[in-house]
Amino acid sequence: MGSVGAKEVPVLLSPEGLRIDGRRLDELRPIRIQAGALRQADGSAFVEWGANKVMAAVYGPREVHPRHLQQNNKAVIQCRYNMAAFSVDERKRPGLDRRSQEISKVIAEAFESVVFAEEFPRTSIDVYIEVLQANAGTRCAGLVAASVALADAGIPMVDLLPAVAVGKVGGAIALDLKKEEDNFGEADLPMALVPQSGRLVLLQMEGHMSPEELAQSLDLGVRGCREIYEKMKQALRERYALTPAAGGAA
Amino acid sequence: MSEEVSAEILTTHILDLAAEGKRLDGRGPDEYRSVSIEPGFVATADGSALARIGDTAVLCGIKLEPGKPFPDTPNAGVLTTNAELVPLSSPVFEPGPPQPGAIEVSRVVDRAIRAAETIDLTRLCVTPSEKSWVCYVDMHALGHAGNLIDTALLSAVSALAHATVPAKRFEVAEADYPLEVRHFPIECTFVRLGDTIAVDPTFDEERAAQGRLTVATDETGQIVAMQKGLVGAFSPDDVKDVARRAFVHGDRLRGLARGGGSA
Repeated sequence: MGSVGAKEVPVLLSPEGLRIDGRRLDELRPIRIQAGALRQADGSAFVEWGANKVMAAVYGPREVHPRHLQQNNKAVIQCRYNMAAFSVDERKRPGLDRRSQEISKVIAEAFESVVFAEEFPRTSIDVYIEVLQANAGTRCAGLVAASVALADAGIPMVDLLPAVAVGKVGGAIALDLKKEEDNFGEADLPMALVPQSGRLVLLQMEGHMSPEELAQSLDLGVRGCREIYEKMKQALRERYALTPAAGGAA
Repeated sequence: MSEEVSAEILTTHILDLAAEGKRLDGRGPDEYRSVSIEPGFVATADGSALARIGDTAVLCGIKLEPGKPFPDTPNAGVLTTNAELVPLSSPVFEPGPPQPGAIEVSRVVDRAIRAAETIDLTRLCVTPSEKSWVCYVDMHALGHAGNLIDTALLSAVSALAHATVPAKRFEVAEADYPLEVRHFPIECTFVRLGDTIAVDPTFDEERAAQGRLTVATDETGQIVAMQKGLVGAFSPDDVKDVARRAFVHGDRLRGLARGGGSA
């Protein structure tokens, strides 16, 4: 929605209903998830999603830093979503800007909604997300990576958390926007789903949508999340298969 | 460390009441506390408004200064939103750099103002790439009894609607002129209390809540921003229902944001 004073708006939707990269409106970009991508972390995952590259690591349950955040009845979940300076076209100043802090907060709250934190009182579960290459949808890619990393770390959870953004491009509701669509689109609605309950634990939106378009977006997003959910489970199966050949069958 | 310990018994009580469709302060699940807006509260600002929802109060002051457009938007002015949750307004706020809660309030308010195209930023451009107005929207919490987001946006939209561009003072034009507000976004925040979804949560209800959902609507029937916060979950049907309710409350509160007054 950075459309203020923008130069040329590219054609986002062809007459045949195909998008700028040839996808259908309900089609995801290619996603590759690797569980256990880092040796030092308790759990980790690397996600390549379209032109996004995101690494996530989980440490803990471990001692709480800073100490005053410690809770006597449950673990605290601390999340740090960070973008590398070189992850976007124009160099980003290193460190957490306000956007990153807000995203860190909503991601932490999403995980707190599914992790059995009561099992680890007085500890911290630290979730680190590093966006290495960004092309729209990084909070969702980060959430998916972090969720697989939490599972890889053996943290008990209600379910994995698939996430995807739905948007509005050329007047149509579309799944999983890429950068050009996000920049010139009319709305962006990221969400994260608990597949077991069908409920959303992360939901944000910016742009213009009628109530009917919102309903349509929610339905499309939930379907997209379920597709991503399968890929997340597959990544974990591959990581923990007894023999490489047993791959997806475990 | 001043993280207030909310008594578990109070949380249980709030949830028990909610199961019967009741609330601690006697409201129904779909009722706001009393809302009032006082535009022009601060004479030194170019526009200001004090908004109150129950005992929650946010004062917004607008300042406009000449500056430079961002390189990627050479034809537009600059809008900067900031919320200060100052320690005087609640025992849970501490001095120091903004905490994630304050950042969330200012970003969610900013998102609604921007997405609704509340002010036409291109009209704040004086010379493309060279000179434009920078519009600072600074919000000060003066009481936190729950639902800061809705209160903050009410104060911001009302302050913008009553703001003057100080063109004469900065020698940009012959005379000052009113800042034109084109749309009136209103945010309505709901919390889940068990199976009940209640509007306009109090501080204690926010503590007891199993999820918070804010929906911003404009006067043209569009949803312009949303934010789910806190620990908890909403089904897609919950979201649709909350959006429907947000339009009903939004349309009612919009009149106040335009003209001031109370309801």
